[in-house]
Amino acid sequence: MSTAEPIEFDDRPVTSTDSWSPVKRISLSRVKEQLIVSSLFLCALVSVVTTVGIIFALLNESVISVDGDPAFFQQVSLREFFTDTQWTPQFADRHFGVVPLLAGTFLIAAIAAAIGLPIGLAGAIYSSEYASPRTRNILKPLLEILAGIPTVVYGYFALVFVTPYLLRPIFEDMLGFEVDVFNAASAGIVVGIMILPMVSSLSADALGAVPRGLREAAYALGATKFDVSAKVVLPAASSGIVASFLLAISRAVGETMAVTIAAGQTPAITFNPFRSVETMTAYVVNVSLGDTPAGTIEYKSLYAVALTLFCITLAMNWISQMVLRRYREVYQ
Amino acid sequence: MTLLNSFAELVQRPGLEPEAETGTESRPIKVDIRNLSLYYSGVQALFDVSLAIPERCITALIGPSGCGKSTFLRAINRMNDIIEGVRTEGSVQVEGRDVYSPNIDVVALRRRVGMVFQKSIPFPKSVFENIAYGPRISGTGNRRVLAEIVERSLQRAALWDEVKDRLQHSALALSGGQQQRLCIARALATNPHILLMDEPASALDPASTSRIEDLIFELKKNYTIVIVTHNMQQAARVSDRTAFFFQGRLIEAGDTRGLFTKPSEQQTEDYITGRFG
Amino acid sequence: MTDRAQVSTVQPSVRGWSGRIFSTACLLSAWFGIVVLVVLLGGVIWQASGWLNGHFLSSFDSWHPEQAGILAGLWGSLWLVGLTALISIPIGVGAALYLEEFAGDNRLTRLIQLNLANLAGVPSIVYGILGLTAFVRIFGMFHGQPQVLVVPLFVADLRIPLPFGRTVIAGALTLSLLILPVIIVAAQEALRAIPGSIRHASLALGASRWQTVRHQVLPPALPGILTGVILSVSRAIGETAPLVMIGALTYVAFTPGDITRPADIVNNPQGVLHAPFDTFTALPLQIFNWVSRPQPEYQHVAAAGILVLLIVLLTLNSTAIVLRHRFQNRHRW
Repeated sequence: MSTAEPIEFDDRPVTSTDSWSPVKRISLSRVKEQLIVSSLFLCALVSVVTTVGIIFALLNESVISVDGDPAFFQQVSLREFFTDTQWTPQFADRHFGVVPLLAGTFLIAAIAAAIGLPIGLAGAIYSSEYASPRTRNILKPLLEILAGIPTVVYGYFALVFVTPYLLRPIFEDMLGFEVDVFNAASAGIVVGIMILPMVSSLSADALGAVPRGLREAAYALGATKFDVSAKVVLPAASSGIVASFLLAISRAVGETMAVTIAAGQTPAITFNPFRSVETMTAYVVNVSLGDTPAGTIEYKSLYAVALTLFCITLAMNWISQMVLRRYREVYQ
Repeated sequence: MTLLNSFAELVQRPGLEPEAETGTESRPIKVDIRNLSLYYSGVQALFDVSLAIPERCITALIGPSGCGKSTFLRAINRMNDIIEGVRTEGSVQVEGRDVYSPNIDVVALRRRVGMVFQKSIPFPKSVFENIAYGPRISGTGNRRVLAEIVERSLQRAALWDEVKDRLQHSALALSGGQQQRLCIARALATNPHILLMDEPASALDPASTSRIEDLIFELKKNYTIVIVTHNMQQAARVSDRTAFFFQGRLIEAGDTRGLFTKPSEQQTEDYITGRFG
Repeated sequence: MTDRAQVSTVQPSVRGWSGRIFSTACLLSAWFGIVVLVVLLGGVIWQASGWLNGHFLSSFDSWHPEQAGILAGLWGSLWLVGLTALISIPIGVGAALYLEEFAGDNRLTRLIQLNLANLAGVPSIVYGILGLTAFVRIFGMFHGQPQVLVVPLFVADLRIPLPFGRTVIAGALTLSLLILPVIIVAAQEALRAIPGSIRHASLALGASRWQTVRHQVLPPALPGILTGVILSVSRAIGETAPLVMIGALTYVAFTPGDITRPADIVNNPQGVLHAPFDTFTALPLQIFNWVSRPQPEYQHVAAAGILVLLIVLLTLNSTAIVLRHRFQNRHRW
């Protein structure tokens, strides 16, 4: 029964009366530990300080005046900013209506969404529902590489390849449209490609989070793979997918270098994707690159535009998080 | 009458001396718990529990799952503190000191009161490093001293002969039973006086379980042991005193033999005879 | 009976048809991105062929396309990303450690996590504006009276301009803030992969929270943290918009501190100390500049620059992926 070897307790005291004093004392190790935890806490606070800094930097010169110079919105009314249909800060006849920049931004974002969202989602469905694990293991890192390509490269691609080799042959030579060198379509296409991996991976996560039991129940009722994917899994993951869409559009709105390179510098309110437009982000870049002197109202206009951009992307991110949170409970 | 017979069957240890068992009441009390109540985020889990643990005995905590015995065990070395939203009322006196008073050093408490968990959790390091971890973080740096402590702890855990040539190998390469004995040796390395064991053998095969039980029985010569078990036979085999928990309350506690043969509460009798649980 | 046979032959094929279109559409979509990647890389290589050579790697920019080179951008990016890593990694890992191991579940912690999620979605150009205000101008504190703080060290003097101006350090601080949320999230995930039972076992032995983290949590989590860190830093290499905002120059014929060869690091300690506080350019910025020039030859120069950038990125990402693979199966919990 019992096959254990005899155990030798050689020097163990039989009566346990050695003193025990578990009282907290100030010691070097306690102080060291407290210092370490405090510095780690400070590291975590850096992110909060960053947010405060961003808000301050954006309000600076747009809402708050600096060095006695009136801020942008002290010189230009909100009404003019949001309703005027011309944006001509550099011209003699100055207009500060942000609508053309908004139009440019959203035209490109719309084209990007039209490309990136459906293709990204369909790719995610394939990867999650149809593909073998081996295929998935090839697709995933390749998509990560696509996601890691810097935006200047995409801008270059739009200008040097998409416009001359894709847009012009099809739309200008064959269909008779007039395609500018800088146009919204090329920028929109590459931004769509840029957000594709993001949509794909976030949607794949959402699809993967749908419980297996749901699929199996549907199959047991005689559904085909198509039925299950399109009519059962997709609706179940819809909140995660919608959230990923919103995040991707927000990213498209905030995209800077590719649109600066490919879309142009002429603000315009237009639905024609083959014209040159200017986005909010491109405007900010172009003003910085130019030689507009620092205290002038043209220069301050970039802060106002950046503030508007920040508010739009922040709102989209918030809505996206709310969508995620509201529907997460369903499958907990 | 039938209870006494079944008890005799449960205890299959030859040479059992009833005298040694009844002597437990006269031992000094090592851990004295009074009116312990515990709340998880407002939900009460322990209701006014009072229990005295005599020294160098094995006290078993039994009861159906969810009855609070593990929570009670963890209250002794304040391991409940690491869970968010836990509130404790009452007093737990370990060797005469209330460990919930504000100026208690929890680190010192946990070195005095060792713990072994249900699933063995060896660190992903060598056998030596696993055992040496406890003394090392209390400040022992001398390699020779550490080697002595490691050897002594492994001997007390009846593992020395099996690993003495493999001290630098990964602890994860040991079998399940060996890993659990490693965890016991690891707990012994900090020179505790009290050992808390939360279902130490429930994840093991019967042969390993038997070895662990023998080990625990030997350890009680020098350590005060409190063991949580859902296995009544194990409690009857190994322990000197038994406490029966149900739905967060201590229903009955006493000498093991007495509790199993003549329980005073109906609930205890129902649980022991298998009417529920 | 014949009706049933007919029904059973008609319906499945109709359902199969739409199902097959759907699955094909999904398949094509999945591979679409890969096709684009191949086309893009192919196009870049085609445009850069003949232009990426030793001369390109060792010369400065020039108004003659054949003589233009990427030396300034290479060194600028090296200093920039090196400093960024030095600043952002300790802060990011420290913040992740705090949030995962020490913070309670209270309002402040939840606020910080929420804030991190928001920061990750802020456009990079906004970070550029932050950098401009906070680092280049330091909130206008030295308006009109710029100073130089001189710190004599043994081999040379450390000269810190105040405000920082359009220097490498301003760019590095800006990029650090940009990639900080990414590093924190990656490090948090690596820490979460360590099972809680390890922490419990360590605490039960009388270890303090920090001892538990330092001895039992951090060592096995380090490979995962390293992978995340490498991926985050590689993002910093490609960032352009913030650098434009802080005023990094686009036509530059010098390197930070005038360090042009590795030997200079040893021979010119004053230059090494000066480099972080020197004006600079970076790889993606030079590419942007070349793309924006009207002469068609510069497209080739830009393509050569892009190829260099992509090679650097590919090397870094492959290292991270190899690391992740090697250590993935090491610990079988």
